[in-house]
Amino acid sequence: MSTLEIKDLHVSIDTEQGNVPILKGVTLTINTGETHAIMGPNGSGKSTLASTIAGHPRYTVDSGSITLDGEDVLSMSVDERARAGLFLAMQYPVEVPGVTMTNFLRTAKTALDGEAPSLRHWTKDVKTAMAQLRIDADFAQRNVNEGFSGGEKKRVEILQLELFRPKFAILDETDSGLDVDALKVVSEGVNREHSKGEMGTLLITHYTRILRYIKPDFVHVFVAGRIAEQGGPELADQLEAEGYDRFTAQTPVEA
Amino acid sequence: MAETTHTESTPDTAPDAEVTDLGDLDEKARLGAPAGAVDRSRAIDGFTEEGESLSTGDTGSEQLGLKKHSHGNAPVIPEASRGERRRSFDIADFPTLTGLEEDWRFTPLKRLRGLHTEALSASAPAVEVTGAGNVTVETVGRDDVRLGASATPEDRVSAAAWNAFGDATVITVPQETVADGEVMVSVRGTHAEASAQHILIDAKAFSKAVVVLDHQGSATLAQNVEIVVGDGAELTVVSVQEWDDDAVHVSSQQAKVGRDARYKHVVVSLGGDLVRLTPSSIFTAPGAEVEMYGLYFADAGQHLEQRLLVDHAVPNCKSRVTYKGALQGDDAHTVWVGDVLIRKAAEGTDTYETNRNLILTDGARSDSVPNLEIETGLIEGAGHASATGRFDDEHLFYLMARGIPEKAARRLVVRGFLTEVIQQIKVPALEERLSESVERELAAGNL
Repeated sequence: MSTLEIKDLHVSIDTEQGNVPILKGVTLTINTGETHAIMGPNGSGKSTLASTIAGHPRYTVDSGSITLDGEDVLSMSVDERARAGLFLAMQYPVEVPGVTMTNFLRTAKTALDGEAPSLRHWTKDVKTAMAQLRIDADFAQRNVNEGFSGGEKKRVEILQLELFRPKFAILDETDSGLDVDALKVVSEGVNREHSKGEMGTLLITHYTRILRYIKPDFVHVFVAGRIAEQGGPELADQLEAEGYDRFTAQTPVEA
Repeated sequence: MAETTHTESTPDTAPDAEVTDLGDLDEKARLGAPAGAVDRSRAIDGFTEEGESLSTGDTGSEQLGLKKHSHGNAPVIPEASRGERRRSFDIADFPTLTGLEEDWRFTPLKRLRGLHTEALSASAPAVEVTGAGNVTVETVGRDDVRLGASATPEDRVSAAAWNAFGDATVITVPQETVADGEVMVSVRGTHAEASAQHILIDAKAFSKAVVVLDHQGSATLAQNVEIVVGDGAELTVVSVQEWDDDAVHVSSQQAKVGRDARYKHVVVSLGGDLVRLTPSSIFTAPGAEVEMYGLYFADAGQHLEQRLLVDHAVPNCKSRVTYKGALQGDDAHTVWVGDVLIRKAAEGTDTYETNRNLILTDGARSDSVPNLEIETGLIEGAGHASATGRFDDEHLFYLMARGIPEKAARRLVVRGFLTEVIQQIKVPALEERLSESVERELAAGNL
């Protein structure tokens, strides 16, 4: 049982117009086995939270803390965070020239586990996971994300989720740009891994439709860099019916 | 700043209407980024691909019926067709270089250490040939009639080398002979005085051999490597440049490829201050296949240039060109120019050339210029691709977010990128040595 704890997190980015605060005091605790959905309108800071947890250099943490089982995540480098058990399924996975998927997956697995996976089992695991996510076998020999469609990239993110088996998965708008079939396939992958009971999930989404396939235990509504409201799954239903207007009206959007 | 330029020549002998059955139309359709600087923000997504980009801003040779090429800002003497470039043994046929010539415009002449102006009279690097026992190795005088029978200089430095070399090394693979091992040609330089060298590799009909030219040490060398691939022969020539940091090497490596022959040429340029190779493959009879590979890794201050020609002068030949380069450090500069000429008679030609560059740090510059000239529409396929990408913070973040430490991430990318070419050499000991050299380059670059 692990706990990812975010306390009063303030995050800003440097832009040409100067320093811009994005997160203005976010507090959130996720335990193994729980699924938390973070919802909110564009620009509310949802993706900033995801990238900050993973350690993207663009974001500056001005105050607050992130801990994983009491360990200070913010003092860890990006790769250390991954090895500590944090996984970010990215909204826009980049194409990495020169590295085949096969080589990449094996190198990452070796780095995460501290030892090379047994070749026989690993090959089988990769093949099985690829088949379940309906990823063509020939993708293994292609360069990481190179020439993949948006939907293919998202499936490959979930492939990594299933193979790397993190303690906490942060899914940054994994559902955006997916058609219904791909959304189902991707959701099944997340549910497969989650059902093993060893992972906590932070699901960041703009839309409610993915919540038909991945059932959240908690729903948090992000507005203007803060959690404006939280509740159970019923909050998602309410949002689906009413939209974000209620929240954006309450809290004036800052420039 | 990372920059690429990319131009394509479209002489009036190849009007657009005839270029309809290219194999890469899809690619071309989505290409079309303007030549010039690559915007960093665009490069973040990986490779930026560039295609045909005829400059419209320049004035100049339009009146000759040429579409104007983009040449940076320098005025350049136009060339109606790559096939019309002057060939001569007489140095007087090549005017003194100014740096404005189409084929010298990327080369920093000041760093040639006199190869284009001096007498090239110093002693040439020592040549030692080892390996296969059933291959003939001779050292011959300038008057040997075989020399210059198959290759004619195409530029001033090559012509100067032709007129200045002392003895020549002739390596002959006898007819119907399979070399019983790799032919290792060690070229060791010991001083920086300008010198000239001539090497002839003659693979007779139906022979089979791998010849490795291994350049090391310090030198200022103008070199002609004359290569004959006889009918039905299968020849691989690997030219490795692992020179000391100060070396200057300008080498013309012309191959004449006979009927149904198979010729593979591999360039590996890692060391030296300025290395400029001009490998060419000239088909002389139908049915032959040529593969040309290159790998170059430029560090701070290094200039590594390669200018290729594949001359499809006869029907039913096939060529594939794949060059890959990595760059790191301030003023690391690489140049790749790939000229493919499909002449009127070369019906049934099948050709494709690719150049990919990976820029690892700020301050490096890579120029990539594929040129395809097509004088007949009756071909199997013709295409080219050029892509120059940056390994940037976003790539690094992606790999590190999967637990891979920073140094390992950078090495993973470069190794993966360059291995494809090293694997083409098929000489295990050399492949291993070059892999280690690439690792050392990476380590030296603090990556």
